[in-house]
Amino acid sequence: MENFVDVFLFGKCYSVPENLTIMGAMEYAGYQLVRGCGCRNGFCGACATIYRIKGDRELKVCLACQTKVENNMYVATLPFFPLIKEGFELEKVSPDVSVMMQLYPEIYACVGCNACTKSCTQGLNVMQYIAYAQRGDFAKCAEESFDCVMCGVCSSRCPAGISHPQVALLARRLNGRYLAPESAHLNERVQEIRDGKFEDLLSALMQKPVEEMKELYNNREIEA
Amino acid sequence: MYTGEILQSMKKVEAARDANLALEPRRMTAEEKDALLAAYHPDYKESEFETLKMGVSRGDKVPHELAALLQGKPRITAADVDLSRIDYDTDVLIIGGGGAGSSAAIEADNNGARCMIVTKLRIGDANTMMAEGGIQAADKPNDSPAVHYLDAFGGGHFAAKPELLYKLVNEAPDAIQWLNRLGVEFDKAPDGTMITTHGGGTSRKRMHAARDYTGAEIMRTLRDEVLNRGIPVIDYTAAVELILDENGRCAGAVLMNMETRELRVARAKTVILATGGAGRLHYQGFPTSNHYGATADGLILGYRAGAKLLYADTLQYHPTGAAYPDQIYGALVTEKVRSLGAKLVNAKGEVFMHPLETRDVSAASIIRECGDRGNGVKTPDGVGVWLDTPMIERIGGEGTILARIPAMHRMFAKYGIDIRVEPILVYPTLHYQNGGLDITPDGMTAVENLYAAGEVVGGIHGRNRLMGNSLLDVIVFGRNAGRTASEKAKSTEAGTLTLSHIDAFLKEREEAGIGDETVSPKLLPVYTHGNPAVPKKPF
Repeated sequence: MENFVDVFLFGKCYSVPENLTIMGAMEYAGYQLVRGCGCRNGFCGACATIYRIKGDRELKVCLACQTKVENNMYVATLPFFPLIKEGFELEKVSPDVSVMMQLYPEIYACVGCNACTKSCTQGLNVMQYIAYAQRGDFAKCAEESFDCVMCGVCSSRCPAGISHPQVALLARRLNGRYLAPESAHLNERVQEIRDGKFEDLLSALMQKPVEEMKELYNNREIEA
Repeated sequence: MYTGEILQSMKKVEAARDANLALEPRRMTAEEKDALLAAYHPDYKESEFETLKMGVSRGDKVPHELAALLQGKPRITAADVDLSRIDYDTDVLIIGGGGAGSSAAIEADNNGARCMIVTKLRIGDANTMMAEGGIQAADKPNDSPAVHYLDAFGGGHFAAKPELLYKLVNEAPDAIQWLNRLGVEFDKAPDGTMITTHGGGTSRKRMHAARDYTGAEIMRTLRDEVLNRGIPVIDYTAAVELILDENGRCAGAVLMNMETRELRVARAKTVILATGGAGRLHYQGFPTSNHYGATADGLILGYRAGAKLLYADTLQYHPTGAAYPDQIYGALVTEKVRSLGAKLVNAKGEVFMHPLETRDVSAASIIRECGDRGNGVKTPDGVGVWLDTPMIERIGGEGTILARIPAMHRMFAKYGIDIRVEPILVYPTLHYQNGGLDITPDGMTAVENLYAAGEVVGGIHGRNRLMGNSLLDVIVFGRNAGRTASEKAKSTEAGTLTLSHIDAFLKEREEAGIGDETVSPKLLPVYTHGNPAVPKKPF
């Protein structure tokens, strides 16, 4: 026999099986989701959710697809939040602090309240990665923010109006493009392919009868 | 968090860990694999398939759920739409906002074309976002595109179209370089060498990754680039029918606002279908690792307009979907877990197979272990085998899991399972549509000016796909379609728009005696989680 809990979806009470996720509970209650539901696996950030357990002073945040319901849970979803996304031409910007100052000056208005970190559905140290961005330390900002799914809850809680996920994304792209080391072996291989180095080998394979390909495949050497 | 019988079985896994770590399991012979697949792989279960009674691929075998949609009732008739009122006019219309659609948009933009993306959810709500483990490219000195070709061709049962597979492997290093220059943060050693691992069925370590957020890292970067370029993205808007012109060439699509159901007309010189896969059709009742919108829409739209299918009867069941806890039942546990050294272990604590066989073989082997052999672990929702994740820390050192697969750690930690110290339970989950629309190397379908890219395409991988070749496919063939469709747009004009193919389709449907009322494309699944009081109306 399944156990049921009371969940308040946007304030309205529904009795749902206790083993469901919040997203599952909404569907059980009869919602046909269009917004607020994307990958259903914790990667896309579509189902940002804010909740409070009755009697508990603390406001909590989560991804609805990754969180089990609890009794007396008051749930509001945040299917969209107006983040600021500034455009830039990656090939024309340089990876120094001036780009942050120019595109996202509000990060310097951070009051250090740490509400972003406390509200991160991924458990990231958001205020710290913003501090790295302020200093133009994009490698560290990239590292610290890497697991961000851009759900936007941090920004919804920020008194300075910072769009943390977009700041972090800019830092990561700058880091990936300009600061992380180049891969010499990759560049060499791309050049070899442009020079047609593998054309003969490939076209020979493409023309081989299947029996011969089976022989080659079944006896190929596998790197340890 | 584990209880009762599960806990007892887990103790056996722990007790055998030292011995299992030292073991190098034998790989199966070609004959053993063939026999295993025939007996246990879901693709070989004849009763789950039927023959198409109508359309350009009449006579092809496809799963029942797909047949119902391919032969289903169109959502609109020609009378519902005023084709003289053009709401959007563009050179290249891209349907789908995942990895392939976004790559196509960037290249079409590079080629000077006007393009726009329409997507029924948001840009990035796509299987690309959820790809965890990695992306293949033969860029190491001991590797070559030819070796990559052989691995993929054999892994796909020698059924891939050689001219498509050639493109996939030969353009792979360029795809990685392109992504890297867009700012994608691949895992690298301090000297810049890409950190690469094996995937199932690879003979060289050519799996590039960005922790276990590889697809997410690629997708968010592509999305950012699309937005930076000011390419229009029309979200929450589904294509419900393609529009042709008087010469039978594709010339746009009828779009439906997912929230208001308003219909709109998009006219285009060329159209790219980049709508992805079909996991949300839950073939054979399997759970899925796919995103919410994976309902085979592109196959339906293309098929009704006259695009042929290829290998639509082959699906990929990822060997390791989460089997416990039930909140994440069917969620993807990346193959990278096995690349990093975790082995598959049965209820008795025995390693029953080599952990890096190809996906179809691995899935069939797990199904056999849990079925006839009776060596599965019973869970509240079904059955599974162990994936012995603590082995990873033993092999790679303490901290390897947090550094290399943080998403997996996080996914289970939310339910009180620490994968660094406890193994996890897995069972195959519906993961990938191997088949799809048949294309030429320039990405065009059988319908002129209709292109396809990404998971909606069939034939690149044959009858099974290797790990890391799908992320690669969406980039290589997305870019390819973006280039060719934008080039074609320079020399073609949309003629007089028509939806007459809908009437022709309805007539053929009637002649074939198909009376069922399934409306297609499906657009979204309906879930009620067993609540009998909720009416189960399709979306």
